[in-house]
Amino acid sequence: MPHPQTWMRVTPQGLYCVPGDFFIDPARAVPRAIVTHGHADHARPDHDHVLASDATLAIMRTRMGEGRAGRTQQVAPMGEVIHHNGVDIRLVPAGHVLGSCQVVLDWQGSRIVISGDYKRRPDPTCLPFEPVTCDVFVTEATFGLPVFRHPDPADEIARLLHSLRLFPDRAHLIGAYALGKAQRLIALLRQAGWDRPIFLHGALLALCGLYEGFGVKLGPLEPVPLPQKRGAGGLLAGEVVLAPPGAEATAWVRRLADPVICAASGWMRVRQRAKARGVELPLILSDHADWDELLATTAEVQAPEIWVTHGRDDALVHALALRGIKGRALYLLGRGEEDEEPAAEPVAEASA
Amino acid sequence: MSLPAFATLLERLTFTPGRNAKLALLREWFATQPDPDRGIGLAALTGELVFRAAKPGMVRELVAARSDPVLFALSYDYVGDLAETVALIWPARAGINAPPPGLAEVVEAMEATPKAELPALIAGWLDALDANGRLALIKLVTGGLRVGVSARLAKTALADWAGQEVAEVEEVWHGLAPPYLDLFAWLEKQGPRPSAEDRPVFRPLMLAHPLEAPDYAGISGATHRAEWKWDGIRVQLCAAPSGRALFSRGAEEISGGFPEILEAMDFHAVLDGELLVMRANGEGIEVAPFADLQQRLNRKLVSAKMQAAYPIGVRLYDILFDGAEDLRALPFDARRARLEAWFARTRPARMDLSEVIPFTELTELELLRAGARAAAIEGLMLKRADSPYLAGRQKGAWWKWKRAPLGIDAVLMYAQRGHGKRSSFYSDFTFGLWRPDGEGGRELVPVGKAYSGYTDQELLWIDRWIRNNTTARFGPVREVAKSLVLEVIFDAAQRSGRHKSGVALRFPRIARLRTDKPVEEADELATLEALIVGEEA
Ligand SMILES: [Zn+2]
Ligand SMILES: [Zn+2]
Repeated sequence: MPHPQTWMRVTPQGLYCVPGDFFIDPARAVPRAIVTHGHADHARPDHDHVLASDATLAIMRTRMGEGRAGRTQQVAPMGEVIHHNGVDIRLVPAGHVLGSCQVVLDWQGSRIVISGDYKRRPDPTCLPFEPVTCDVFVTEATFGLPVFRHPDPADEIARLLHSLRLFPDRAHLIGAYALGKAQRLIALLRQAGWDRPIFLHGALLALCGLYEGFGVKLGPLEPVPLPQKRGAGGLLAGEVVLAPPGAEATAWVRRLADPVICAASGWMRVRQRAKARGVELPLILSDHADWDELLATTAEVQAPEIWVTHGRDDALVHALALRGIKGRALYLLGRGEEDEEPAAEPVAEASA
Repeated sequence: MSLPAFATLLERLTFTPGRNAKLALLREWFATQPDPDRGIGLAALTGELVFRAAKPGMVRELVAARSDPVLFALSYDYVGDLAETVALIWPARAGINAPPPGLAEVVEAMEATPKAELPALIAGWLDALDANGRLALIKLVTGGLRVGVSARLAKTALADWAGQEVAEVEEVWHGLAPPYLDLFAWLEKQGPRPSAEDRPVFRPLMLAHPLEAPDYAGISGATHRAEWKWDGIRVQLCAAPSGRALFSRGAEEISGGFPEILEAMDFHAVLDGELLVMRANGEGIEVAPFADLQQRLNRKLVSAKMQAAYPIGVRLYDILFDGAEDLRALPFDARRARLEAWFARTRPARMDLSEVIPFTELTELELLRAGARAAAIEGLMLKRADSPYLAGRQKGAWWKWKRAPLGIDAVLMYAQRGHGKRSSFYSDFTFGLWRPDGEGGRELVPVGKAYSGYTDQELLWIDRWIRNNTTARFGPVREVAKSLVLEVIFDAAQRSGRHKSGVALRFPRIARLRTDKPVEEADELATLEALIVGEEA
């Protein structure tokens, strides 16, 4: 049985499957790509051929425009095996965002699973992560430090609802990424009984519509209205408003009634991160595996070797070594730049 | 469940910039928590909770036994705060279903538990809490709780919650000790007003309004008395048979930092005065600039060396109690006579009397005020001769008439986003002045930061200007094109080794945007240096 290292290479563009002649989540345009999910650090525009789940392809078209989401697109139905140049390709759910997949590759009796980004908590907006035993498991380590243990999402939503009761005269503005985090937050609010309309910044409308098109029920959503007159404030007291992170630093926010600035992210676990962003109510809500889940998952897939794409590979590789598992840092470039990484500067200056 | 509730309160207070929001959080705490926990929480927030604290080293040892050293080091390096790192990395123990401890339980046990048993006790609590609760517990038991809730804010929240006047709460406050059962009972109308007799308790201060031109007409020597306004800190000296205390203007007790004053309070009275660094020179006493006094502030303990280098004294200007006799209802003139008589009789060390400046018309004072360039004089105080000593800011009774501020035309160099309501505005400005660059040209050197003084309209304008003229970004800070002149006013300039320019400004604020002024015509650093107190020609 060939060692995975002989048929899976790390190149400047990303992971390259030699016998299959394709890349997984390449950072630049390539002839053949498999894309795990729609976040911008995994899904890049202008590949010649893209293989992905139907939801991921739809997300890519929405975000990049019809013409840039791959010249030819091939839908890989979840769980079905596709034969290509002697490599068996199978996509299984990663539990990260709508359409997110792990890529299971078998070649000559040797198996690699490339998990993309993943989480293990239940999420009403996507299929749950499915562990697959393998010879090499390729994992992220976004939250690969033992200080990251995400609390129960229901408790975080309860904190938000409590704040809404305590400050009925203020809008609650939550910074959340447009793909995945926003919809999960809405779904969690609905589960907790919040049935009022939820107000959306323009940058979130399209993807919420796409989720609904895939059958994810989000309840009543409305765009944030324009201010009465230029510079006027006072809107949406007592309401939940979602916007991309950074919107709170732009003039757009001035229309809202004395907003409580909230942010929904795994990084909110560390106070300095929340302080630096000027967040008044940090909500610890992540679409990535936390430390315990990273270790549990690497154990569950029974791989003797773990490759770490991005994040805190130093801590994870050390912890794996303590458990007798071989860890290897891949140092992939350009990862972790969209989802979860806090925006250094406002992203939504222009959009309304 | 009160420790987790306290942890939640702490977390929200830590992140909440707005005063009103902080008040709402505190009111909710008083309304929803049982005794004695709510009072203990209150004392913990205001720094009045005293118990034997655990050493941070002990917590570190506890976590070392439960975590891998490499992973702990990586984590600590990332988080940057020991207590928070421990709280986050602490491993959950399967099968623990002990309830989390209560606040009162923690405080009591910290006092009562033998030292050798403390580590096991604290570890048991940490096992029963979630990450937020663990952080609150560690900060609490190691005495590291700092959330920026002043005693004043807490009392305001108590008063709001109970529908009482803050002054009423102030009156009874200092006679009470955590967990304040009497206080809560009284505020909830379940008990009598706690008595403050014979104890060194803080009495609410009488405050002054700034004097503006429209008010000049009502002021003359027939109705008002004038005194210098000294640039120190306002203090209240309370000495009763049961004890002595020195309070700041905000009713915080600051006795610990000024043992020599406490020692000199060998009498029974309540006095109002200004805390100053006073040095004897040839002719008498000279008051040092505020920068000297600053060396003595915010210290819990003070060395003999500090005491000698910065000799502290109090300039007295009012008497509230002589013995147990309450003088506050007397008019100012009568109180002043009592103060002078008391002073002649008592001759306290380290204290003198604030001079009353004779005048008939305000115009005489105007000249005096303009000429007063001594470092430690901020301006003048004008007090109605017939006014009793009343709590708070009483319109028309006491006026403060500050010296005209100093000003410079400076160049905007950097801007930073504000907090809370200002988080969408670049509202904090770093400004600079020209100085020779050593190569025959000139360069700008930052001299200060201002985040007030402008109108809402000016802020809107300047925010847009900054966004359009950004040349570089460093996290939340933007560097801007050096092309906007700001007129900056301030109360005083002082030498400072901590600033690149060598000068520090007191209360700098933006007076005007000088869009009319070319940047080359902004002031030079030398112009500012000429304004440094004690150095003017
Ligand atoms: Zn992702
Ligand atoms: Zn990613």
